[in-house]
Amino acid sequence: MSEHRTDTERKSGGHHSVVVKSLLAVVGMLAFVFVGLVPMYNLICEWTGVTGRTTGASEVQNFVVAEDRPIKVQFLATNNADMPWEFRPMVKQVTAKPGELVQVNFYARNKTRRDMTAQAIPSLSPFESTPYFHKTECFCFNQQPLAAGEDVEMGLVFQIDPDLPDWVRTISLSYTLYDITEQQEVASAKP
Amino acid sequence: MTTATHDHDHAHHGPAKGITRWLYTTNHKDIGTMYLWFSFAMFLLGGTFAMVIRAELFQPGLQLVQPEFFNQMTTMHGLIMVFGAVMPAFVGLANWMIPMMIGAPDMALPRMNNLSFWILPFAFAMLASTLFMEGGAPNFGWTFYAPLSTTYAPPSVTFFIFAVHIMGASSIMGAINIVATILNMRAPGMTLMRMPLFVWTWLITAYLLIAVMPVLAGVVTMMLMDIHFGTAFFNAAGGGSPVLFQHVFWFFGHPEVYIMILPAFGIVSAIIPAFARKQLFGYSSMVYATASIAFLSFIVWAHHMFTVGIPFLGEAFFMWATMLIAVPTGVKVFNWVTTMFRGSMTFETPMLFAVCFVVLFTIGGFSGLMLAVAPADFQYHDTYFVVAHFHYVLVPGAVFSIMAAVYYWLPKWSGKMYNETLGKVHFWLSFVGVNVLFFPQHFLGLAGMPRRIPDYALQFADFNMISSIGGFLFGASQLLFLYIVVHTIVAGKPAKAKPWDGAEGLEWSVPSPAPYHTFETPPDIDKAPQLDRKEP
Ligand code: HEM
Ligand SMILES: [Cu+2]
Repeated sequence: MSEHRTDTERKSGGHHSVVVKSLLAVVGMLAFVFVGLVPMYNLICEWTGVTGRTTGASEVQNFVVAEDRPIKVQFLATNNADMPWEFRPMVKQVTAKPGELVQVNFYARNKTRRDMTAQAIPSLSPFESTPYFHKTECFCFNQQPLAAGEDVEMGLVFQIDPDLPDWVRTISLSYTLYDITEQQEVASAKP
Repeated sequence: MTTATHDHDHAHHGPAKGITRWLYTTNHKDIGTMYLWFSFAMFLLGGTFAMVIRAELFQPGLQLVQPEFFNQMTTMHGLIMVFGAVMPAFVGLANWMIPMMIGAPDMALPRMNNLSFWILPFAFAMLASTLFMEGGAPNFGWTFYAPLSTTYAPPSVTFFIFAVHIMGASSIMGAINIVATILNMRAPGMTLMRMPLFVWTWLITAYLLIAVMPVLAGVVTMMLMDIHFGTAFFNAAGGGSPVLFQHVFWFFGHPEVYIMILPAFGIVSAIIPAFARKQLFGYSSMVYATASIAFLSFIVWAHHMFTVGIPFLGEAFFMWATMLIAVPTGVKVFNWVTTMFRGSMTFETPMLFAVCFVVLFTIGGFSGLMLAVAPADFQYHDTYFVVAHFHYVLVPGAVFSIMAAVYYWLPKWSGKMYNETLGKVHFWLSFVGVNVLFFPQHFLGLAGMPRRIPDYALQFADFNMISSIGGFLFGASQLLFLYIVVHTIVAGKPAKAKPWDGAEGLEWSVPSPAPYHTFETPPDIDKAPQLDRKEP
């Protein structure tokens, strides 16, 4: 039937352009999902701190310590689904003044009979305080391997920015510990 | 009518004989027919799964199936209805009707048309086969949230992913074809603002498909990579985020729900004027309303995610943007009602379904507005209220519009008239069934019954039993629908070229059944009296 030439087919040269433009749109949208949406999401989370995920290490800064403003900082440790380790903060709560450097420790023990690797993922609440919570050292920056039965005290050093919004009196920092032994074996996951 | 109008190449006129006709066909009517039958088969399959769900929920406690299997049923029901029943039905209608409505001899890209249909049965065979696999079928809901669909998924998830890829490819090809047909193949004189609304709504739907099907393909590809290649898009341990999944999914998902309703708007806009014997009120406002709904559908996705922890401003933005959609939607409902106002209406089966669409779809729109109120949604989210909402817009909405379309155009397709009494019986059974089935689910949701559970607390028992009875009634009525259609095709009375007095449009200017090839010579639009639209 393609040899039919009727008036309506006179624009059929236009089909080519519709197909090409549409396919470009399809490829464009696919690219947008991978190189647009995903990085955009991560950037937005970082800028606003919405997910409460604190990012990379900060330098120690010389803030003026706000002596008159004690902030309660609470620590939580959770094991993700099948994670069999013992994992807990060594102190549940500290009082930190904005500007001062505070060090706390978390305890982890591999209760199993096999060598494993874990990754802790932080989350801060209220999330509005995320940009003001600077970690200068944290076990969450690295993966934590533990041989069977081994245990470790893992350090966290942080500093609260004195610009922290006034209404924040308490900050809860929670860590979830994930078993990444398998991912370690398959490929090196990027934290 | 066509035989006299051209002078060469008569060899191809009839359809080929036997199975090869259907395998190799590039004829838009054949392909439309196959899409419609395929969709009906999927409707029955998805419906069977729904019957299992309603049977289990007939009483509290676990009666018939295990929770694992129940989850597979809800998942497969949703996937098959959305991607197998509703979407292919609209594509089938587009194939049949768009060329006839704009005076084109066929779709723009007939061979691609054949391909986009024939990959579908493979996709759904693959999806359905997961039911027999070790670990069972996908069980993570039709929204397949990670990590349920990644870390905790059954092994069959890979087949699910490939099936979705194929469906996506099919939809994209179908959409490109429709855009090319509408932009390039209109008969001389068929300007854009003269196109029937069904053509307009499909043009806009096709753009939506081209824009968001790649997003769906992208999100399942990320799942595939997380599952098999050690990436961590959605895996918090590796630096990803499960919430990211929801954003990407709903960036596809909300436009998707409009993909399932815009063509329905087009159908209803064809049927109501025909049986009210008046022109459609506000044609151009309908076009603009459709376009604005399509645009808005890209900026409201997070109304599905109010409870994941979005900052206050975000909640407010998505809440207001969502409510804004009610404005163009309201324009449409107003226009349909005004079209009927003081019309000389008759209520043949297509009109019954269309009027019912307007009323019940509006109920679904209102419950949508309730859900759009972010603080209220904290209460309603993931309850049966949401189930009631989207079933109201999808069943007496999208599905009824498809049934209306079948009754309306079946005489044109088959050349036979359906039995009006049986059609009305089918309508009333479906109407009663659908309301008994879904209305009580509003109450269940408000009372706190969560969705996607096989068992429930005792206080929900009565409404669940009522809902199940409605479900069985609705399900059984669709067998009557099958009977009516088959009976029409084999034993219906011959239909006139234009069986409905008030019907407008080029499709009624060809004989019934529509000849295998129509409009090989473009019709003269300016002489076609049906198209005298008194609009600027
Ligand atoms: C005025 C129009 C509408 C509004 C304001 C609206 C609003 C909403 C909201 C806020 C939700 C999320 C509820 C929750 O999960 O807590 C929702 C869910 C849903 N809506 Fe609508 N909606 C509208 C129209 C439609 C239409 C036309 C369709 C489809 C044809 C539709 C299909 C759905 C579906 C499928 C879901 C549930 C998805 C799921 O979680 O499985 N809605 N709607
Ligand atoms: Cu939505």
